[in-house]
Amino acid sequence: MDRLVFLLGTGVARGTVLALFALSLVLIWRATRIVNFAAGAMAVVGVYVGVAVIGVTGSWWWGLVATVVAGGLLGLVVERGVLRFASPRSPLSGVILAIGLVVVLQSLLGIVFGQEHEPVPPPFSDRPVQVGGVPLLSPYDLFVVVVALGLLGALRLLFVRTSLGLQLRAAAFEPEVSRLLGVRVARMRTLGWVLAAAAASLAALLAVPNELGLNPHAADMLFVSAFTVAVVGGLDSPGGALLGGLTVGVVTSVVTGYLGSTLAPVAVLALLVVVLLVRPSGLFAQAEARLA
Amino acid sequence: MSARRTLLLAAGGLVLAIGATFLLDPFRNYQLALVAAYLCATAGLTVLVGLSGQLSLGHAALMAAGGYGYALTVNALTGAGVDGVARFLGGVAGAVVVSGVVGLLLGLAGARLHGPYLAGLTLTLVVAVPAVAASVPALQGDRGVRTAFDGVPGPLRSLIALEQWQAWVALAVAAVAVTGLVLLRDGRAGLRMRAVRDDEVAAALAGIVPARVKVLAFAASAVTAGLGGAVLVFVTQSVSPGAFPLALSLLLLVAVVVGGLGSLLGAALGAVLVVLLPWLVGAATDALPLPAAVVQRLDGTLASLVFGLLLIVLVAGAPGGLAGALTAARARRRTRRSLRGAAAPRPTDDPPAALPTTPSTPREPVRTPTEG
Repeated sequence: MDRLVFLLGTGVARGTVLALFALSLVLIWRATRIVNFAAGAMAVVGVYVGVAVIGVTGSWWWGLVATVVAGGLLGLVVERGVLRFASPRSPLSGVILAIGLVVVLQSLLGIVFGQEHEPVPPPFSDRPVQVGGVPLLSPYDLFVVVVALGLLGALRLLFVRTSLGLQLRAAAFEPEVSRLLGVRVARMRTLGWVLAAAAASLAALLAVPNELGLNPHAADMLFVSAFTVAVVGGLDSPGGALLGGLTVGVVTSVVTGYLGSTLAPVAVLALLVVVLLVRPSGLFAQAEARLA
Repeated sequence: MSARRTLLLAAGGLVLAIGATFLLDPFRNYQLALVAAYLCATAGLTVLVGLSGQLSLGHAALMAAGGYGYALTVNALTGAGVDGVARFLGGVAGAVVVSGVVGLLLGLAGARLHGPYLAGLTLTLVVAVPAVAASVPALQGDRGVRTAFDGVPGPLRSLIALEQWQAWVALAVAAVAVTGLVLLRDGRAGLRMRAVRDDEVAAALAGIVPARVKVLAFAASAVTAGLGGAVLVFVTQSVSPGAFPLALSLLLLVAVVVGGLGSLLGAALGAVLVVLLPWLVGAATDALPLPAAVVQRLDGTLASLVFGLLLIVLVAGAPGGLAGALTAARARRRTRRSLRGAAAPRPTDDPPAALPTTPSTPREPVRTPTEG
């Protein structure tokens, strides 16, 4: 029982990170109808920059800032430099360009930093705190939950309460009409990519201390899980990303805890299959969600 | 092309390829066998993506399914005292069954999904299959399954080397796989696949069942990928989860796109590149006076960097891939020749559409009134 409570706790922590990463996929899907299959590789580039900055300055916080900035810049470069060439007529062309980007980024990272797993220490203790004799969350997990939920909330405010958010949503859903009304659609699209890539980089930085370490492929599984999250939640629904993230996070945590970490990818596959069989376009993808 | 002509061409090509193995040294023959193995997978993938418009990022998993099917059947037959050609054919049948079943299941899912959803499902599969293989006791975990050694058959033993024999077998399997795909493409089923790819609604109105066509395409593609996996296991005598990583899946996709999506010549070019490019890049870095640590870092990664850049440049700039660029160049030359002397020669820049466009597929699926 204690063990289950602990696994649920870490599952929630992992789930919020997944939700943040999945939100990045949702943002780009809403803005450009492309699933960014390069999100994982792009996020790892941001984390490498952040870890380098931590090494130089000795401060984890400067590393966090650097990760977010580097991730955002990479989002800008990728949108302007590569994915704008995706053909709007073919849904496959964006996926294939993104796959090319994955191969390029991962091999560049391998050439520059090597394939070793570099341990990244967390900024807080990762030993679980006992509550009434039951091991619960570690301070680091708590920090992750707070940061990820805070960011999800901030993005929600940006989209729903600000005029910039309105323009972003308008550009994503009715590009032609928005252009007529004076929205700079291309700029909004780029901004969407920058926000999404920055969020994904931050999510990867938060996830890395709980993984084997930093390596060019460190975010592969994170991406696969986040894709599952985005599908479970519906690629169109930011709220679905949070719910889906918590579901997938808890499922992988419980499966890892009771059956071993090798079976976690199988659990993710099983969940994805079940959801896609029931609802081929995701659980929360509904007309109402699309209007939001 | 009539079916008989296809078969004659395939037989002729196979004889020529087998003749060519006499000109190659053992290492080149080994590489040729690998090319043949990857050709099975890339040919299947290019038919799936190019002809039926379904994207699979999971073909390494299908190769793994074929490889394990082959290895387990061969080991069972060895236990039963069967060997030689019968054992090999039994193993191939095992590969076909296992990869066919996995492909059928994936195809059933694929018929309901589109674009990024199918890509994501196949991506998850390719991550999950090594995990399954590593945790099922019968598949021997990370060490993988070893199979018995298949030497050169008795009568040929004094004539050819082991690598040459392996190249023969690999070429024969690849010839069967590719011929099957050509027959499928040129036949009624291929026509239906193109119809479904271009306009699913119109195809359905014309009496085609799109789901059935999609499942058939996935199953055919899976079986050829499985044959490729079986050939790899035949050549290396072992199969393990580590041999079919995500990177291989991406590489197969890169290969068919770089070669030219939808064209079987492109698939062949892609398979050659998958084997030759890493070797060429390795040879180049060995020749340069670089420190050992640098060479170790470039090993493998530099080749995939080149692949990735090629992919991006080709998709952005020349959507027909290498094969498409060849056809386009030939067409340009022909037009230039026919226009020579005519007023204002105009280049007819109309390269074959590489990425299948699906105008009928609602790009915003949830907005259709029937869903959500």
